[in-house]
Amino acid sequence: MIPGVDGFMYPNEVELQWSVLIVLYPYITGLVAGAFILASLERVFNVAAVKPTYRLALLTALAFLLVAPLPLQLHLGHPERSFEMYLTPHTSSAMAMFGFVYLWYLTVVLLLEIWLEYRKEIVELALSTKGWKRWIYRALTLGSYNISPEALRMDDKVGYAVTVIGVPSAFLLHGYVGFIFGSVKANPWWSTPLMPVVFLFSAMVSGIAAVMVLYVVCMKFRKTPIDMRCLDTIARYLFYTFVIDFTLEMLDLIHRTYESDESFRSLDFMVHTRLWGSHVILQIFLGTLVPLCLLAANQLWNFADGKRKAMYMTAGALTLIGIFAMR
Amino acid sequence: MRRLFRDSAHLIRPALVLLAMLALFLVVRAAIIPKAFGQYGHYRPGALDLVRQHPISFAGQETCVMCHDEQATTRAAGKHAHVACEACHGPLAQHADDPAAHVPKLPDVADLCRRCHEKDAAKPRNFPQVVTAEHSGGMACNSCHQPHNPHL
Amino acid sequence: MDISRRDIFTVGGKLLILASVGATLKQITGAEAPSDAYRMADHWWGMIIDIDKCIGCGNCVRACSKENNVPAGYFRTWVERYQIEENKQPHVESPNGAMDGFPPSTRDDLKSFFVPKLCNHCADSPCVQVCPVGATFVSPDGVVLVDETYCLGCRYCVQACPYGCRYLHPEKQTVDKCTLCYHRITKGLTTACCENCPTGARQLVDFKNPKDPIHEILRHNMVQVLKPYMATRAKVYYENLDGEVR
Repeated sequence: MIPGVDGFMYPNEVELQWSVLIVLYPYITGLVAGAFILASLERVFNVAAVKPTYRLALLTALAFLLVAPLPLQLHLGHPERSFEMYLTPHTSSAMAMFGFVYLWYLTVVLLLEIWLEYRKEIVELALSTKGWKRWIYRALTLGSYNISPEALRMDDKVGYAVTVIGVPSAFLLHGYVGFIFGSVKANPWWSTPLMPVVFLFSAMVSGIAAVMVLYVVCMKFRKTPIDMRCLDTIARYLFYTFVIDFTLEMLDLIHRTYESDESFRSLDFMVHTRLWGSHVILQIFLGTLVPLCLLAANQLWNFADGKRKAMYMTAGALTLIGIFAMR
Repeated sequence: MRRLFRDSAHLIRPALVLLAMLALFLVVRAAIIPKAFGQYGHYRPGALDLVRQHPISFAGQETCVMCHDEQATTRAAGKHAHVACEACHGPLAQHADDPAAHVPKLPDVADLCRRCHEKDAAKPRNFPQVVTAEHSGGMACNSCHQPHNPHL
Repeated sequence: MDISRRDIFTVGGKLLILASVGATLKQITGAEAPSDAYRMADHWWGMIIDIDKCIGCGNCVRACSKENNVPAGYFRTWVERYQIEENKQPHVESPNGAMDGFPPSTRDDLKSFFVPKLCNHCADSPCVQVCPVGATFVSPDGVVLVDETYCLGCRYCVQACPYGCRYLHPEKQTVDKCTLCYHRITKGLTTACCENCPTGARQLVDFKNPKDPIHEILRHNMVQVLKPYMATRAKVYYENLDGEVR
C-alpha cells in the first residue's frame, strides 16, 4: 500500500484503473470540439478574419475525431467486443449513449460539412487526375458532378445549416464526455454538475490553441506568409474562452475549499503530494496563468509581429500542455 | 422548381449513403445480437447459467457430517460447535465426491489456532485469545487442547 | 345440466391419464429437469455482518479466494482493522486484504475493531447503471453479477462502485467481483465466506424467506449500511457498526 494513503483507499483501488489512455480520449475530443467551434466562428458568426483557418480547423477536427477511439480501444480488456456498445446500448449509461453522439457528429456534422466544402475541388480532381487516384475522387463525388454556381450556392446554404446544427452538437460531444465523469457519485473529485461545462470550455480552449499552433506550423511548412490579422483574432478568442474556463475551474476549487466537506481532506492531501506537479505547477501555473498573461498582454499593449507570433506560440503550446495536465 | 431540384439533387446522395449504412447496421445487429437478450433485464440471460456452473470447492458442513458423525458429535458438545469443518480443514468438496481418491491432509496446528486465538486488541473482549508465545511455551496447541472440543 | 357420477369418473379418468402421459413425455423429452427446484422469484439475497463478532481471522478472505479462484492481489471480500484514538483521524489498515489475518496489535488503549467488506449487491446499483453494454446486472433474485463473455473491460463500473469491490481480472481482462457465491446459494448451500466464518459474524440472508432470522434482527437491532448517503439501497447490513467506518 502506498504510505500515507492507507485509510483513504480500498485494497482493490490501489491499482489505478483509468489512467493515461483514458486521459487522452477527452483531450482529443476536446481538440475536435474546439477546432469546430473556431471553424463555426467564421461560418455562422461571420468573423471574417479567421477565414484562412476555416478548412484547417475542419480537417483538424476530422483527423482528431477519427483517431480518438484508438486509446480507448487500447484500454479495453476486450476491444473486439466494443461493437456491443452499438448492438445493446444500455440507455442509462452515458458511455453507451456517447457512442451515438460520436457517430452523429462524425457523419452528419463533420463528414457532411467537409464534403460540401471540398466538393468543388473533388469534382475538378475527379475529372482531371489520371491513374488510380482518379477512382478515389470519383467515389468521393458520390456520383454527382454538378458544380454550377447555383449548386455551389446550395452547398453553401446547406453547409451553413449543418454548421448551425454542428455548434450545439460540438457542445454535446464534449459536454457528454464531461457528464461521463461528472455523474460518477462514487468519486468526489469528479462528481459535480460543473464538470460538463468545465470540460466544454477547456475543450474550446485546447481546440482553438491547437488550430492556432497548427496554422503557424503549416504556414511555415508551406513557406507562406501568416495572416497576422487572422492570428490576432484567434488569439483574442482564445483569451476570452480561457478567461471563462479559468473562472469556472477556480469556482470549483474555491467552492470545494470553502465547503471543506469530508472528501476535501483526501483531495487536499492528494493535491499537496501526488498531484502537486501535474495540478499546481503544470496545469494552474504553467498551463493557465502564464498563457493568460501572455494573451492578456497582447490585448493591452502592441507588440511587433514577430514578438506577437512568439508569444502566441508559447501561449498555445503551454495551453495544450496545461489542458492535458487537467485531463 | 426544376432548377432548384437540379441544383440540390446531389444532396440526396449523402443522405442515401447514410440510410444505406443504417440499413446495413440493422441487418448486422439482428444477426449477431445474443439470443434472448433482455428477457429478464438489460443482459444476456445465459449469464445466470454461466455463473451457476462454477465448480464448488467447499462441500459445506452438512455434507461432512453425513460420514463423520463422530467428530460432529464431539464438536457439538463444545465451544467449536458453530465452527464449520472446512474452516480448519480447508475446501473438501473433492474429498466428499470421492473420499478415497482425495485424502485430505490434516491442517498445521501451529499456524491454524493462532489465526483466531492470538491476542489482538481489536478482537472482541470476551473472545478467548492468548499471547501464544507466553501461553504454551512453544508447545503445539493440540498437545493440551483437542481441536474438535477444545475446552480443558 | 345433470352430471352423473359416471360422467365425473370418465372425464376425471381421462384428465388423469392425459396429465400422467404429459408428465412422462416431459420427463422423456427432457423439456424441464424436475429436480431444478430453484426459482429466482422466491429469493432476494443479502447479508448481515455483526461487527462485534468479527475476530479478523481472515478465514472468509481465504475461503472466497479458493472457492472463486480470485487472482492474487485482488479481493472479492476483505477485512479492515480500524484503530481510533479520541479526536484523531482513525488508522485503517488491510494488509493484503487480511488474507493472512492481521499482525497482532497491542494498543488496547484505543477503540479498535474489524470490518469485513464485500460487494453490497445494491438494489439501486450505480455500477449496473453505468455499464455501457449490459454486462453487469442485478439478477431477479437480487445478486449483482458480471457476464464475463460480454464484458468489454472498460472499467466504468469499477469507477462507479462507491465501495471499491470491483477489479479487472488480470487474465480474463473482464471485470470481476463478489457473486455472493451464486453457484452455491442457488443449490441450497451458503456462501464460502459465511460457511467458513468461525464466529458467525457473517450470515447469508434471504429477505423473501419468512423464516430467515434477518426479519427478527432488523426488527430488534440497530443496523446500518455502508455509505447510506450514496442511496444505493445496499443489501449488506452491519450490526454494531461505528460511525467512523467508511
